[in-house]
Amino acid sequence: MATLEKPKAGEKQRSDVILSYLRPRKKFPSVWCAGCGNGVVMSGLIRAIDRLGLSRDGVALVSGIGCSSRMPVYLDFNALHTTHGRALAFATGVKFAKPNMKVIVITGDGDALAIGGNHFIHACRRNIDITAVLINNYIYGMTGGQGSPTTPSNSFSTTTPYGNVEKHFEPCELAHAAGASFVGRTTVYHAPQMEKMLMDAIDHRGFSLVEVISNCHTYYGRLNRQGDATAMMKMFKERSVTTGKAKTMDEEELKNRILIGTLYKDEEKTEFCDEYQRIVDRVHGGK
Amino acid sequence: MARTKRKLLLGNQSCVEGALYAGMRFFAGYPITPSTEVAETCARELPKIGGRFIQMEDEIGSIAAVVGASVAGLKSMTATSGPGYSLMVENIGYAYMTETPCVVINVQRGGPSTGLPTKVSQSDTMQVRWGSHGDFTAIAVAPSTVPECLIETMRAFNLAERFRTPVTVLLDEVMGHSRELVTIPEPGEYEVYNRVKPTVKPEDFVPFEMTPNLVSPMPAYGEGYRYHITGLTHDVNGFTTNKPEEIFPKLDKLRNKIMNYTDEIIKLRTEMLDDAEVVFISYGTVSRAALQAASLAREAGAKVGTIQLYTIWPFPEKQLADLCSRCRKVIVAELNMGQLVNEVRRVLPRDIEIHTLQRYDGEILTPMQLLEKLEEVI
Repeated sequence: MATLEKPKAGEKQRSDVILSYLRPRKKFPSVWCAGCGNGVVMSGLIRAIDRLGLSRDGVALVSGIGCSSRMPVYLDFNALHTTHGRALAFATGVKFAKPNMKVIVITGDGDALAIGGNHFIHACRRNIDITAVLINNYIYGMTGGQGSPTTPSNSFSTTTPYGNVEKHFEPCELAHAAGASFVGRTTVYHAPQMEKMLMDAIDHRGFSLVEVISNCHTYYGRLNRQGDATAMMKMFKERSVTTGKAKTMDEEELKNRILIGTLYKDEEKTEFCDEYQRIVDRVHGGK
Repeated sequence: MARTKRKLLLGNQSCVEGALYAGMRFFAGYPITPSTEVAETCARELPKIGGRFIQMEDEIGSIAAVVGASVAGLKSMTATSGPGYSLMVENIGYAYMTETPCVVINVQRGGPSTGLPTKVSQSDTMQVRWGSHGDFTAIAVAPSTVPECLIETMRAFNLAERFRTPVTVLLDEVMGHSRELVTIPEPGEYEVYNRVKPTVKPEDFVPFEMTPNLVSPMPAYGEGYRYHITGLTHDVNGFTTNKPEEIFPKLDKLRNKIMNYTDEIIKLRTEMLDDAEVVFISYGTVSRAALQAASLAREAGAKVGTIQLYTIWPFPEKQLADLCSRCRKVIVAELNMGQLVNEVRRVLPRDIEIHTLQRYDGEILTPMQLLEKLEEVI
């Protein structure tokens, strides 16, 4: 697992760094419940962008609809809060029009994998240089706790009151199979790992997926008796296994564990905008 | 001396010439009959001028990418037909709410549902007006010939940029697939309108401020004005609001920035109208038949004129009422079960007889059919 550099002497305190990225004119508090994992992801994203030294003007934050998709409103970047499920398609337009812009999509399990499933697999397939941060809390939070494509079989939501009869998606496996060239998973408990993974993903030229397992204690936790935010975070800590450690474990031991770390990375795979530019250079060349 | 550039083009290709003239540099689309040649022409032409073409996974993604590219600063367009337009209407509403300029070409085919993919129709006249949920003020233009496809697509871009709103170009299958000689205008021959950009310092920038003409200056992403765009009802700063005192002005702004300036948008063509007792009202392909029918009727001594709508939405209500004030009867001819005629009924004085001629079997209305209707009416 990658390690983070310690802040250098004289470097601003982290809280100051985070505050400087929040929109001065936006009224707080946020829409999120107290203890929601979205806040952890937001601060991790800010730290990652800050450490990468990106210009704020050169970052576009695109989202769809859902709790996690409210994130761009709070952050001082080019922000596009779009329609349900379509963030990756809007982001494709932004990125393709401005290939040097860092385009980051904030999405949830329902937004990305149910209504937006088609855009998700095709963005992966194109390997367009977009970083998708998929905050997976296994449930639709904003509409009040309905089952999503990642709700595990037999678990409870307001639309699976007798237990979920469906199978669930594994976002990372789906992204890898569809052609994404960077795939990683982490949890809201593992904040330093998340920060480093977001840095790597944003830095990567190609489609990158960072799945962050997060707590919706308000709905998923309550309906499945997993306790409050702290209890759920503790559970993420206990259930997580790093990719390195997992190599020493057998299938039985890995059952019900959350595999965290960079799962897949291909730096050789060509990126969509670069490939299109090659066409432009060929037919437009010399003019 | 520069020689006039003339090309034999399909209506669908002529649209692309107009778009390129207006500065279109981004196209996202999904194949659908009878509009596909628009996408194919863009795929071939855009890389030559450093523009961008992408075939998206569906029509929803296409219009989404178009809006994203427009926000990033490129003049953007998509093309589709009825079923694809149905898929696009949610994000057309998003473009309207977020005040993002873009152009959608709808080459109409027969419906409902999958309907008649290779047959002519004008049955999306009302979908374009009312398809998107919520209160929505549409702008839609309609050519009637292949050369006009160029002119009206160009005009659609100018209107989109001028009013910061999505604009639809309504073609039909026959026009999209007809070939005619098109004169490509020289640079500078027509005005090309570009969206107004902010001149204030970024810290003083109010993204959706109430300007005198209600259109707010629009920066591109990356130009230093970092702001928030959302389809949720928002205040002048672009932030979500639930306050009645902020909701009213926002929705009024969206409507009034268009409806206060209909004179800039509405375009009609009138022929033989001065002493006309009977007037054909139509748009698109039908207008060509109407013009011929009226000429033939004049030769036979009947006082017949025509009004052709180049702007369908906003509906030219005041103009039609004025133009028809001296006629006794009108015939509204259209390729559907009666969509435009209801608007005509809404706006004309009660003492004018309103007749309709409708065709919805996938075939065009011929001049002879219009003449037959005329005989029946007179």
